[in-house]
Amino acid sequence: MTGSEIKLETQNFDLYYGNFQALDDISLQIPANQVTAIIGPSGCGKSTFLRAFNRMNDLIPGVHTDGEISMEGENIFNMDVVALRRRVGMVFQRPNPFPKSIYDNVTYGPRVNGLRDRDKLDEIAERSLRGAALWDEVKDDLGKSGLALSGGQQQRLCIARALAVEPDVILMDEPASALDPIATLRIEELIRELKEDYTIVIVTHNMQQAGRVSDYTAFFYTDESRTGILVEFDNTKKIFTNPSDQRTEDYITGRFG
Amino acid sequence: MKLTYLVDRSIKYILLVCALLSVFILFLIAVFTLREGLEAFQTIGVGQMLSGTVWRPGQDQYGILAMILGSVLVTIGAIAIGVPFALGCAIFLAEVAPDNVRAIVRPAVELLAGIPSVVYGLVGMVVLVPMVRQIPVPGNSGYGLLSASIVLAVMILPTITNIAEDAIRAVPQSYREGAFALGSTHWQTITGVILPAARSGIIAGIILGVGRALGETMAMIMVIGNSVVLPKPLNDNPITIFLRQARTLTGNIAVEIGYATGVHESALFATGVILFMLIMLVNIAARMLMKERHA
Ligand SMILES: Nc1ncnc2c1ncn2[C@@H]1O[C@H](COP(=O)(O)OP(=O)(O)OP(=O)(O)O)[C@@H](O)[C@H]1O
Ligand SMILES: [Mg+2]
Repeated sequence: MTGSEIKLETQNFDLYYGNFQALDDISLQIPANQVTAIIGPSGCGKSTFLRAFNRMNDLIPGVHTDGEISMEGENIFNMDVVALRRRVGMVFQRPNPFPKSIYDNVTYGPRVNGLRDRDKLDEIAERSLRGAALWDEVKDDLGKSGLALSGGQQQRLCIARALAVEPDVILMDEPASALDPIATLRIEELIRELKEDYTIVIVTHNMQQAGRVSDYTAFFYTDESRTGILVEFDNTKKIFTNPSDQRTEDYITGRFG
Repeated sequence: MKLTYLVDRSIKYILLVCALLSVFILFLIAVFTLREGLEAFQTIGVGQMLSGTVWRPGQDQYGILAMILGSVLVTIGAIAIGVPFALGCAIFLAEVAPDNVRAIVRPAVELLAGIPSVVYGLVGMVVLVPMVRQIPVPGNSGYGLLSASIVLAVMILPTITNIAEDAIRAVPQSYREGAFALGSTHWQTITGVILPAARSGIIAGIILGVGRALGETMAMIMVIGNSVVLPKPLNDNPITIFLRQARTLTGNIAVEIGYATGVHESALFATGVILFMLIMLVNIAARMLMKERHA
């Protein structure tokens, strides 16, 4: 790997839904302030892997894990899960703003964190909405319901909502798959800007998108016998031009998946 | 082929007749009650009835303000006690309880709805009234608004719990995940996102509870004391009004209809009309409230 520092690291990580093993011995290192893409055929464990980093899988009954995930060297399973999720934000596949005003959506995180100061909240709202490239479109109507926005705006609102908590890492699970091409381009542009300040891990089905936005790419795979295996992890350029594994090449060139 | 076609065509009309019939029955009840109560409204006057504080049929005094107040107060009491309790149950069932616990608690709550009203009255008389009587305030007999409110709170519990639980369960999982991912605790997620999102359903449940409370008769007669005097606090503390005996609109009708004749009988029907309107008003208020939320 290059000289950049490591933000997240998994070591021999396994995850089971009951008896079903969905992640199989994954070891990789996610560099800080870079965009890491996770690609692979449907059902290969991309979402499961992503949700491991903020322990969202804890919410699913019957899930257990083996191996380790650490953030800046600290085992995330020993951390308070609320504290972890404040440092590792998440944007979901379907935009999921709360049925509240734009303002209340963006300031939700700081408010559950105990912040009451109205001026501070206003400031965070503006900064986060600017960060998510949504401010100019909504600044005159922050009281409007978040649900009244277009799909692309809703997704940027969800990004703003995640930014407001000031995380280190942002996880994105196919954040543009429910959006039209123009809204998608805006999100991609935004992702490239955000990596200045954040470490980004993004799941995507779209090879071009992975190529456009990411610095590193992890290719996950599933076959008859195993699910959630990491085939290859490398520079995005390397993965797309000169993959070392045949399965990666087949997938990228669209021969299957 | 022909038969299924026929059934298909006619089922629509059969269903329509059922629907119309129920509307018609509602209409009939309204008209009939109004007709029977008309005499009272004419001879006594609507204003006189509504504002009159004295109910003394022997002397042709038919003020029902005391009963209106009785019904309203006992409903407020039941809501004040019952809603937090029911919401607690609903949140527990929808968000906290593991499946096996829920499999026991939910039917138990539902069973509460199946217990006959008179049994609630009995238990209230034998268990609750003596307990309330222990509250050391001069003039407190145990019978009265507090006992009635508690009984009623339990009676409306299943209605509110069920509807609120359904409303909470109907909140999309994506809201839950969104809140958790922002680092809220389970409790913060419930109070900050889930309950607000389920608000209109919860309000609907409370309104149905209010409707049920206003209509409850037998259990009320058994524990409320049935005094026709305008309820007032027992001492300087206004809350002691709940230790006062009272009578509900429903109780007034049920207690006296057996022997009432003439204007007296008509006045009881008129009481029914007013009850009817009160419940309608509550429902309209509820609908307006729920619309507001959606706007
Ligand atoms: N809650 C769950 N319970 C049981 N099995 C699950 C659960 N969630 C996912 N799985 C299984 O785990 C495997 C990986 O699922 P996951 O959602 O992580 O795949 P994915 O790579 O994100 O797929 P997609 O590209 O379709 O989103 C699949 O076989 C899936 O059926
Ligand atoms: Mg997925």
